[in-house]
Amino acid sequence: MDSRIRSLMRRHGLVVAFLVFLAGVAVNAEAFLTPGNILDVLRQVSITGMMALGVTFVVLTGRLDLSVGSLLTLLTVIVVDQHNVAGPFPAIVMTLLAGLCIGAVNGLLVGFVGLNALIVTLAMLSFLQGLVLFYSGGSNVNVENPQETWFAIFGRGEFLGLPVPVILFLTGAVIAGLALQFTTFGRRVYGVGGNETASIFSGIDARWTVFWAYAISGFTTGMAAVIMGSRVMGAQNTIGQGYELTVLAGVILGGTSLMGGSGSIWRTVIGISMLGFIQNGLLLLGFAYYVQWLVTWAVIIVAVWIDLGAKRGRIFA
Amino acid sequence: MSHVSLAPRDKSPLHAVLSWLLRNHIWVFLALTVAVFSIASPYFLTVNNLGNILTQGAFIGILAIGMTMVMIDGEIDLSVGAILALASALAIGLQEHVGTWPAISLGLLSGAALGFFNGTLVALSGMHSFIVTLGALIGIRGLVFVYTGENALMVPDFAYTEIPEVYLGPVSLTAMIFLGLALLFQWVLSSTRHGRETYAVGDNIEAAHDAGIDVKRHKIINFTLCGTLAAVCGILLSMRLGTAEPNAGKIWELWTIIAVVLGGTRLQGGFGSMWMTIGGVLTLAVLRNGLRLLNTPNYVELMVMGAVLVLALVLDKILNRRGES
Repeated sequence: MDSRIRSLMRRHGLVVAFLVFLAGVAVNAEAFLTPGNILDVLRQVSITGMMALGVTFVVLTGRLDLSVGSLLTLLTVIVVDQHNVAGPFPAIVMTLLAGLCIGAVNGLLVGFVGLNALIVTLAMLSFLQGLVLFYSGGSNVNVENPQETWFAIFGRGEFLGLPVPVILFLTGAVIAGLALQFTTFGRRVYGVGGNETASIFSGIDARWTVFWAYAISGFTTGMAAVIMGSRVMGAQNTIGQGYELTVLAGVILGGTSLMGGSGSIWRTVIGISMLGFIQNGLLLLGFAYYVQWLVTWAVIIVAVWIDLGAKRGRIFA
Repeated sequence: MSHVSLAPRDKSPLHAVLSWLLRNHIWVFLALTVAVFSIASPYFLTVNNLGNILTQGAFIGILAIGMTMVMIDGEIDLSVGAILALASALAIGLQEHVGTWPAISLGLLSGAALGFFNGTLVALSGMHSFIVTLGALIGIRGLVFVYTGENALMVPDFAYTEIPEVYLGPVSLTAMIFLGLALLFQWVLSSTRHGRETYAVGDNIEAAHDAGIDVKRHKIINFTLCGTLAAVCGILLSMRLGTAEPNAGKIWELWTIIAVVLGGTRLQGGFGSMWMTIGGVLTLAVLRNGLRLLNTPNYVELMVMGAVLVLALVLDKILNRRGES
């Protein structure tokens, strides 16, 4: 029994620590564990969560995507602007396609040309920031008829008492999770991330796997942009700045390895939600907004260290 | 090592120059950009403007020196932008309480301490420095906001802003500090035990360990250096601006990585030099300055930077493939 508990702690120590945190906040702030607040937190994390689903694919192949924050800005500007020009439905289609294409460019450069993922997506970050300013001319865009359009449903709507963005995020998570576990493509993603050379010798075309991982990352960022645009009903030129870091922090916090090959969608959902609940809990406890960043720092270090130590069998390297 | 290495038997000067240029192709690119902007704008190739470029590039440059040391080790430091902001806030905010020079020293000390903390975490835990410093980037920025209370801190006495107003011809003190530090660390890299160990650790960490190098201590030293240099940059920035803004240095870590990689230093470690980094830093500075002189809008600059970076990577790949075959 004792060894069972220890093994459980080793595998899910993070989740246990998180539950302790939840209980601690709940005791001190009555509003914390009410259904309304929980839904609020989930609504907040649905945007970063949606992005993190795609980024998880990329990280599982052992690559990085730092361009998603700038991509979110660009796509939110596009969806809001095109909503005024072409109407909601074409705007959404265009946004998703644009996300897919830009992700594919990353995938092409990393997967086929074989360039370093960190630098390629950094370059893309810079390029996309330029593209945002070019597209918007530096001014903010707003939806012209926010009261009349059905576009509002993605960010503000409710269905059966659940916020629509939460439904979208969880549906996306289920689809992505199933795809990773039960499709050939999913197994290839793990294969390429686990041991790229071995996977190539097993007949997997690693180039296409990496390519599609990036394309998926671009696509889910497109979905996030639709939610964002619909919720804000407008877009500033900096709306997604720094999101790539939050997303990556959530993915890492969940326990998906940056080396690739190990991790899962549900871990990402847990990691991203933890960030959301930590932020919300600290605010409810009356801490200043920026304190959450300090806590995030500590949580990332402790979580990853525990995870690594458990795998290695000892704490210090 | 996989870079181009030409055998020493051919010692003709032309060959030596060619082989140096092949390894430091960033300088060829720099010469090209300088030539293009000189033709395109009459204001570019003036003594004053060249001095300006040096000063503008010096800030990213000082960060890039520390980043180069860490990167040759095969590690990365994402927290330099946040450390810079904290050091600049402390250097200005503490002046009223302890005086100017003690405040500057405390700013430097904060950078060294945070760098030491990052390095120790990396060495003790075996976590990848990307994760450790990503956490630090988020957390230290939080510290900055908590300390400044979200406000920009003003310097109490504007004599502080005149400290770096020392010029040697068109070269400002800031630029001299950058170049001096770059030369110093090039010397460290090429002529000291610590420098040789840096390449050894980055090239093959197991072999370095087996050869008797204290890898952990070594990495801690380089992270501490990187943090200290970030603080130097932050303090010089606070002198130039006269204020410490909580958002100072945001995404500068990215520009720094871009400058170092543009120069040719490898993210994988084991290969690079300060000459390359100086080349990368100056190229970025020339591009920015030149594009602004030509009155191009801001977005062109961002897009050109992205394109140039990818181009540099492709070029590096092609040149190295040739070197291997």
